[in-house]
Order: sequence, then structure tokens, then C-alpha cells
Amino acid sequence: MKVLAAMSGGVDSAVAAALAVDAGHDVTGVHLALSEAPATLRTGSRGCCSKEDAHDARRVADVLDIPYYVWDLAARFRADVVDDFVAEYAAGRTPNPCLRCNERIKFAAVLDRARRLGFDAVVTGHHARLADGVLRRSVDVAKDQSYVLAVLTPEQLAFAMFPLGDLTKSEVRAEAARRGLGVADKPDSHDICFIADGDTAAFLRSRLGDQPGPVVDALTGAVVGRHDGAFAYTVGQRRGLALDVPAGDGRPRYVLSLSPAERTVRVGPVEALDVSSVRATSPVWTSGPRALPLACDVQLRAHGEVHGCSVAAADEGWQLLLTTPARGIAAGQAAVLYDGDTVLGSATIASAA
Amino acid sequence: MAYLDHAASTPMLPEAVAAVTAAMASTGNPSSLHTAGRRARRLVEESRESLARSLGARPSEVVFTGGGTESDNLAVKGIFFARRAADPRRTRILASAVEHHAVMDAVEWLVAHEGAQVTWLEVDDVGRVHPESLKRALDDDVALVSVMWANNEVGTVQPVRALAEVAHEHGVPLHTDAVQGVGQLPVDFADSGVDALTVTGHKFGGPLGVGALLLGRDIACTPLLHGGGQERDVRSGTVDVPGVAGLAAAAAVATERQPETAARLSALRDDLVARVEAALPDAVLNGDRGPGRLPGNAHFSFPGCEGDSLLLLLDARGVEVSTGSACSAGVARPSHVLVAMGAEEDRARASLRFSLGHTSTSADVDELLDALPAVIDRARLVRR
Ligand SMILES: Cc1ncc(COP(=O)(O)O)c(C=O)c1O
Repeated sequence: MKVLAAMSGGVDSAVAAALAVDAGHDVTGVHLALSEAPATLRTGSRGCCSKEDAHDARRVADVLDIPYYVWDLAARFRADVVDDFVAEYAAGRTPNPCLRCNERIKFAAVLDRARRLGFDAVVTGHHARLADGVLRRSVDVAKDQSYVLAVLTPEQLAFAMFPLGDLTKSEVRAEAARRGLGVADKPDSHDICFIADGDTAAFLRSRLGDQPGPVVDALTGAVVGRHDGAFAYTVGQRRGLALDVPAGDGRPRYVLSLSPAERTVRVGPVEALDVSSVRATSPVWTSGPRALPLACDVQLRAHGEVHGCSVAAADEGWQLLLTTPARGIAAGQAAVLYDGDTVLGSATIASAA
Repeated sequence: MAYLDHAASTPMLPEAVAAVTAAMASTGNPSSLHTAGRRARRLVEESRESLARSLGARPSEVVFTGGGTESDNLAVKGIFFARRAADPRRTRILASAVEHHAVMDAVEWLVAHEGAQVTWLEVDDVGRVHPESLKRALDDDVALVSVMWANNEVGTVQPVRALAEVAHEHGVPLHTDAVQGVGQLPVDFADSGVDALTVTGHKFGGPLGVGALLLGRDIACTPLLHGGGQERDVRSGTVDVPGVAGLAAAAAVATERQPETAARLSALRDDLVARVEAALPDAVLNGDRGPGRLPGNAHFSFPGCEGDSLLLLLDARGVEVSTGSACSAGVARPSHVLVAMGAEEDRARASLRFSLGHTSTSADVDELLDALPAVIDRARLVRR
């Protein structure tokens, strides 16, 4: 097959491309330029879109003896991922930009372009298994990325190849070293590639400005502190609350909900974080629709734990009833359904109670 | 395989390979006083005399450098610094809007860091600077003029001699980047009247990473590299002896064969252009249709396509071409040359350069034409 390997400059995508070559495919490497002002070596940034990463990707392509190109998707990425990320936080939700990038960039803009150019598949270095249209967790549970791929439709998955699903991360690194790829011991990139220093709150503040408001005790209604912007908080967060009034019972308080419209952050005791009912919208079935109601597992955040649940149809999506309570569930994250290690589908969490 | 990217780098001539390898086998720093040093120095000076002969210069006017980019930087910055030192009012640089980045970015650097001003000289729709534009822009505050001999993207040859005359009427020196000219056009330093002229080996069959700045004896130029002062005190650093031997050998062969090369490549290029236009009636030839074009250059816009896609698709079919404008990160930008010629961004992004050189044959053109129509059809599917 003629396949296009997305090469970030990291070890995973390098080995994925190498395995595609080994499998006898006609591989072309592409580095996605996602930043409009790529950081240079000198700024020392360790994001995923620096010139250094482009160089590393090119070096790997040269070693593999495959063509290599850079595709400039910075404008698309800004509109579909970065601006979306900011808007979601501004609306009091907690988005997952990697998932959004897979949905809108890697398996949409890139896939579409690849298809038009005559390629048969897009290869990425995601840790997940994909065979016969069925998406499964990686054998390396700690590195599994099926959660951020669960937004993909059967049509998108039909065009995807994830060669790393049967390898652990250390096997990937060993494979890279065995092939003499210089990225073998390159550190993993940050979770959010466009926030190079990892300071999400500062990034959001720079985009949204200060939006000060009260921190309110959800039980008593009393104002117990102030904040500079509800966007800096995530449901379930305990640290960094800087409350003026200690709780009556002296127990720690957690962020329970965010209301950016009223600029209010509500806090309360840990039990108040527990939810057993989740509403989720914009559902996607990764390998074709399932009959509802459905009993299966659900994961409610990246690297989060798995809960048993029953899924029922609801307005614009699903109603999930959990068999064990989940703690600190944030709107905007994905609810991903699993049957064992097989991904069934996903939807976006709208509310939880 | 068809290599149609000679403007990026052309294969080394056997004479140059022989000269480089012979020089590599012997020891010696040309600045040393012993026998080995004398032998190396003799080779450097013979190379200097040979290169000077090939390019109509005097040996004392040859400053060996590490290539075209260094020569351009040395000319632009060095002459600017020297002219401003002589008269602090001279802070303006006049340069064509279609210069190579080696000139453009050197100028922009002087603007950003040295208080220079720049006037980018307008070009017409084939990319040519008119002497009247230069005349209008010249004033007492001008430190230097830089206009390339021939453009690397669209191949347009500039009226360098006329421009030098205009500059000299105002007592202003003119530098020209002749990197693309040597071997394809008659490049004669003395005859052109210019004050400084850039050449680089790998565009005419010499090695990569070695070039020269031809610099008139009376043109003051502040050094950028300080050290042993090996090259006329304008450029320090031990001279790359094998490199300059190869440079001189290639220049001798390329300039001697220039008339027949030009005739052969023009005919091949005209055939390429005619066949592209016949196969793809909406293809737009950018640049000059007349003799004012590099013999080996053809440059087209293919409406509805992106140069990027065309390059990928042609490469996959073994046809190597260029969009003519890639930045260091490999992200394509619309060519400043086409934009300066008045092309809208779409046409600028839809362009490809085919460049021929001494090893090109009609089989290369055949291969291109075999691949191109299907590639264009496919690339049209990819619209942003
Ligand atoms: C017109 C022009 N000037 C300067 C250069 C740079 O020369 P070099 O590659 O030797 O640094 C090139 C080639 O890339 C060129 O085409």
C-alpha cells in the first residue's frame, strides 16, 4: 500500500514509520507544522512542533530512506484545536486537545489530503491496536492512547494504521535503538504541545484575560474566596484554591463545578464530587452502531479508571448510569465505551450528577 | 529518474572531481612557510588566477569564501559597513524585490540591527528591475545597490551593466549575486562594470560549500570574519584548498563551454515549455519568454494545484523538481519573487521550477511530460 506516515519527530511515530516500511508498504513521511511561529532550538522549548522536532523527523525519514515533506497545518490547527481549547475552557468545560487534533487534524485534514494525493492509509505512532476495523487498547496499558482515538468514525479508522499497538513503550524505544534512530532516547513530549511550558492556566489567562469572581461553598452558599478566572480550574481540583474561609468541618474542599457566565467556582467536600449518572452528547460508534440499552465499561477521562455502566439513548446522545461512582467528572472530556479492551465508541460529557 | 533541479545544485564536473581529489591527497596549510605550505599556496593562487580568468576578473579581485550565502553576506554587510563608516549619512540599501534570501535576509538584518533603511526596487511582471526605477531611488543616503544577475526561481536576467552605470552616476557601488549565471550566461566581471559579484561552486559543476566574492580593488569592505586575514584581510580562515581547486576547475570548464551549453539548454528548455503548454493549456509560464531568461530555467504556475502536492507526486514518480521557495523548516511559503511580480497568492503557491543543467537530456523532459498530466489531475483534487 501507499501509506503516509505522520512523523512528529518523536520516537513513537519514527518506529511506526519504520514498521510500515518493514511491512513492505510504500511509505512517505510527513511532518505536520502545527505552530505558526515554530520554536527554535535556542528557545529551548520541548513542545511537539519545534524546528528541532522537524529536523528529528527528517533525520529519521532519511535513515529509513523514505521521502519526507512538511505540511503546514498551522492555520487549521489554530482554528480547530487551539481556539477550540480556549473556547471550551471559557465555557467552563475541560477539553482534550489531543483528541480534538485526532478528530479534526490528523484523521480529517491530513487524511483527506492523503486520500486525494492517492495514499491508501495514514500511519501514526499512537499506542493502540487496530485490526479489521476494531480499535483496542495497546498492550502497554500505561501508554494506551485508545481514549484519544475513540472519536474516530469507522470511515476514519478504515484509513488508519497504528503499527505500535502490540509493543510496549520500552519495546518501541528498544526498536528505535536497534535501528540506530537518534530519537530512541528522546524524552516524551508534553501533553499539550502548544503550551510549551506546561502552564495551562497562564496560557488561558493570556488568551482570556483576568475574569475575577467568587469561590462559593456549594453547601452553604457562602463566598469563601476569590479567583482570577474560572477557566484556571478543573472539576475535582483541590490544590491552588487559596480559600480565605476554612470549611466548617475543617476538611479539604474540591472544585465541584464552574459557571463562567456567573464567574463562579463552586467548592465542596470530596463526596460531593461523586457522580453516578452522566449525560454525553455527539456520540460516535467506532466500529458501527450498537443496540441500546447496552451494558459495558466507560472511561471518563484520559488515563482515568474504568467503570461499569449501562448506556441508554438520550436527547442528542447517551445517558450513562455507572455501577460504581466516579469522582471529579468534567464536562468536555470524552466518555469512551469499552467492551474489555475493545473500544465501542465515545461521546462528549455534557453534565454529570 | 529525471533530475530537473540543477538550479538547486548541479552534478560535479569530472574535471572538478579530479582537481578536488588530487588536492585532498596532499598536505599543507597555504599560510605555512615550509614546502608543504608553499605547495598548497601555489595551488590556491593558481586557482585564484584561473577563476579570475574564467570570470573576467583580476586575481587580486578574487576573495574565496564558503559559498554563495557567505559571499552575499560579505558583500551586503561589508560594503554597507565600510560606506557608512566613510559617511554616516549612507544608511540606505537598494535591492531588488526578487533577491535570494542570502541577500534579502542580510539586508533585513542590517535594518533590524544596524539602523539601515531599505528600498526594495520594484520589478515588472517578468521580474525585471528597470534602470529608471533605480535612478529614481538613488540619493545621497545610499550605501549600496544589490541586484542579482539572474533570478534563481523564474530565471529572469537583470540588466546588470545598465544598473551599474546608473549606480555609478551617483557614486554608489553595485553588488550582484551571479550564482545562477555562471556557466549559463557570459559572466564577465570587468565587462559588467559591477563592484562586487557573488559565485558559488555547486551551481556550475564545482563542489558544495565553496565560492567567491569578486571584489573590485578600490571597493572598501569591512570584514565579517576576523582572524588570520588570509583573503585580502576581508575574509579570514584557512582557505579550503581542495575546494577552491575544484571551484576553479569547474569554472574553467563551465565558462569555456558556456556558449554551447546555453544553446543546447535553451533548445531543450524551449521544447519542455512547448510540450508543457501543449499538454496543459492552462499552465502559466512565469518570467521572460525572450532571451532574457536563464537557458536552463522553466517556471510554471498550474492553476488549481499546490506546488507542494505537485512536488510530492512528481517525486513519487522519480521526477525531481522544486517549488523554488522552501524555508529551513520546509514549510512552503508563497514565493516572494512571484508576489513581487504581481502574482496573487494562489498562483504563487501553484508554481514549480524545472531547471536544466549540463547532464540534462531530452529523456529527462520526456519523463517529466510522461508524469505531469496525471500528476496535475491528482493535485487538482487537493485544494485547501
Ligand atoms: C541566487 C542564489 N544566491 C545564493 C545562493 C546560495 O548559495 P550557497 O548555496 O552556495 O550558499 C543560491 C543557491 O541556493 C542562489 O540560487
